[in-house]
Amino acid sequence: MNNKKSSPWKSIQVGLVSFLVMVIFAYGFQITKVNLEELRSEKRQESLVRVMRALAKPEIFEYEQAEEIVNVPVYVPCPPDNLSVPEQNTSEPYLIVTPACGNPGDVVQVEGFNFAPNTTGPLRFVPGSDPANIVTLGRENAETDDHGNFVASLELPKRPSDEVQYIRATLRKNVGLPHLTQTAYDTWDKIVETVFLALLATVFGTFLAIPLSFIAARNLMKSVRSPLTSIAMSVLGWPLGIVFGFVAVRWVGNLSTSIGTNSMINIIGVIAAPALMWLGLRWAMPQVETVTASQSTRLARLGVILVSVLAGFLGLFQLASLAKTVGESLQTSLGSFGFIGYFFFQVGDIIAIITPALGALAAGGTLSSILGRIGQHASEKMAAPAVKSINLILATLAGAVVFGLLGQLVEVLYEIGRPVYTLWGPAIIGAASGLLLVLFTKPKESLPIGLVVYTITRTILNALRSVEALVMAIVFVIAVGIGPFAGVMALGLHTIVSLAKLYSEQVESISAGPLEAIEATGANRLQTIIYAVIPQIVPPYISYTMYRWDINVRMSTIIGFVGGGGIGFLLQQNINLLNYRAASAQMIAIAVVVSIMDYISSVLRERVV
Amino acid sequence: MLQIKNLTKIYDGGVKALDNVSFDVPDGQFLAVIGLSGSGKSTLLRCINRLIEPTEGQILWNGEDITAASQEEMRRIRRKIGMVFQHFNLVHRSKVITNVLAGRLGYVNPAWSLVNRFPKQDVEKALQQLQRVGIADKANHRADELSGGQQQRVGIARALMQDPKMVLADEPVASLDPVLAHSIMSHLEDINKNDGVTVLCSLHFLDLVHRYADRVVALNQGKLVFEGLPKDIDDKKFKDIYGRDAERVG
Repeated sequence: MNNKKSSPWKSIQVGLVSFLVMVIFAYGFQITKVNLEELRSEKRQESLVRVMRALAKPEIFEYEQAEEIVNVPVYVPCPPDNLSVPEQNTSEPYLIVTPACGNPGDVVQVEGFNFAPNTTGPLRFVPGSDPANIVTLGRENAETDDHGNFVASLELPKRPSDEVQYIRATLRKNVGLPHLTQTAYDTWDKIVETVFLALLATVFGTFLAIPLSFIAARNLMKSVRSPLTSIAMSVLGWPLGIVFGFVAVRWVGNLSTSIGTNSMINIIGVIAAPALMWLGLRWAMPQVETVTASQSTRLARLGVILVSVLAGFLGLFQLASLAKTVGESLQTSLGSFGFIGYFFFQVGDIIAIITPALGALAAGGTLSSILGRIGQHASEKMAAPAVKSINLILATLAGAVVFGLLGQLVEVLYEIGRPVYTLWGPAIIGAASGLLLVLFTKPKESLPIGLVVYTITRTILNALRSVEALVMAIVFVIAVGIGPFAGVMALGLHTIVSLAKLYSEQVESISAGPLEAIEATGANRLQTIIYAVIPQIVPPYISYTMYRWDINVRMSTIIGFVGGGGIGFLLQQNINLLNYRAASAQMIAIAVVVSIMDYISSVLRERVV
Repeated sequence: MLQIKNLTKIYDGGVKALDNVSFDVPDGQFLAVIGLSGSGKSTLLRCINRLIEPTEGQILWNGEDITAASQEEMRRIRRKIGMVFQHFNLVHRSKVITNVLAGRLGYVNPAWSLVNRFPKQDVEKALQQLQRVGIADKANHRADELSGGQQQRVGIARALMQDPKMVLADEPVASLDPVLAHSIMSHLEDINKNDGVTVLCSLHFLDLVHRYADRVVALNQGKLVFEGLPKDIDDKKFKDIYGRDAERVG
């Protein structure tokens, strides 16, 4: 502040910066083709006004219209013999053309009398040789005054004929009360689809984003450190567990199928299997354990837990089968509420599809954590040289498996077809890096595996987040076909990745005190999350979910542009057909829905948070 | 008996928070830890239940090496060590009873915590503990509806739920007024005298030290500068602990 003296160097700097800014903007103008000349052109302005007028008159209501159609003969060109002008019935609406004949291109005057007052409609030319092919001479060019008369001049078209031809006035007037147009009904259908599309995407996305957000939170993952033995064991546990779990659950699924689809048996299955599971888990996991259980008891418990979980999966399959049967019968018996049956059927189908995947993932996670614990224990209890030699084997194997699997993924995507590149090569590289890791770390050193997982998760989330939902929708349209389901999948996936990011930032900003206090009671990581993290993040999670719901409603209105269902499809169609009045109705519908949703979510947010 | 042997903690930035600290605490003693802010009191207490990993040294508790315990063993050790914090560290949005029940987390099976279930006797026990600290009527209030003194009592009830053999209190009264301070300290004294629980309590005010502590250790820049009875802190010792420019107040 005290140095107010302006140095020449500073002035040059300011000048240079100003010049640079000007150059940047000048280049920007050229790149974005700023051109006001187009705007001034009459043609543009005319179409603009036309579109604006159409947009201002959304096609929502319409009247029944009554038409008065009157013809008057006209000769083009004039016949060689004398022209006979027929007598007009002056008690009814009639037209007079002067002159009553002319060459193509001549201007004639058309007068109408005795029409209904204040109506409009087109004057058209009916060629004598081809009466079906009417020539339009202009839009709404006849407009009656208070007495039901009008005068209009028009140019005779280039349709010379020897026969008598006609000029036809079609004057229309609105009768009765206005009623909703077909466009309005279609718009309503699609806007309902849009809202539910957004709802489903938000709900599914939220459920999957919550667990992901914990993995993507730095403060939770930073303290996760494990010795190499444990890491290698749990890495090996994942693929083994997934294969084992998939096979086991498939077996349970076959068992369930062999039981049949009789709904009585299904009901018994749905009740008995979870009950069995509950009893088994109750026995195998006592609520409080003061003395450490013996090895044999632990093994027995593990067995019981395994059987109980399998029983649980059997229950799920039975539930799926029951839901499908019930859904099918409800669909036919409920009539207009058949959609409830449809819902049950689809839920059953969803359960049947995701249960094996769920089982595989659960088994993978469980086996990985058990092996990881064994590794941890071994690393803590054994002598350093022994740990080192175990690490040599395990880490090499784990590296080979991870890289080998990644190689196989590349093979699936790019079809290289040479195992040297996609299986053995990566496996060897993986084994080598595992080996290096063993050689360059102390055998019992605990490695920051949490940060590694955190970084990988964050990278994937960021990469996926940068792909717009619209682009994802294109992929899903190919996967599941055109329709709202593709939109749900695309929006759902985008919701997962973007919410997981937002949520994890909330987890990172919670106060550390309660975390420390809960940890000090001897709680393990899972308990710490449930008792110290979750209560703190409920309000921001709710408000972010609402925010995302807002975004999803807006996104779902345009996801139809690429075939993802919802109102976007209709909107795009009408714009392409230049039917701006219909498009306007849909834009209004979107605006109304978005603002209603906005209002509801702000009220809810105030209530809940 | 808690034995601290050559304990050193160097933080990632190179700050030496504890420098070769050694002392013993017999069972059932009320030990005050004093020293300036930043002298390493909090670090010392957190090293004992390994919320902070010590860099070097050993901590033995009844012959068991805490510093060498595995994760599973640490869970068993921690549940016997209650902890009370300066800022109470309650989960604000949870109910008081839930905060107190959290003290049982080291005992219950983690799988059941997923569904937020505690055994019936634990719930009864939690109500008894709230009764003991005199706020049984607040059990179903949200924790952040309570005043500071009440929140700290919830913190003590949470520590008591662990059936602790030792309580670590990290400046439990530093954010409370003097009247409340005595009320909270007397709860800790009650636990110490009547339940025979060892208490390690870091304190700022010397009159509280004189009033409640059996023995004192003092830290200055991570070094142990005094170990003895509260009455032995004379003016010279005082200057050693708090620095040459310090004045005695109170």
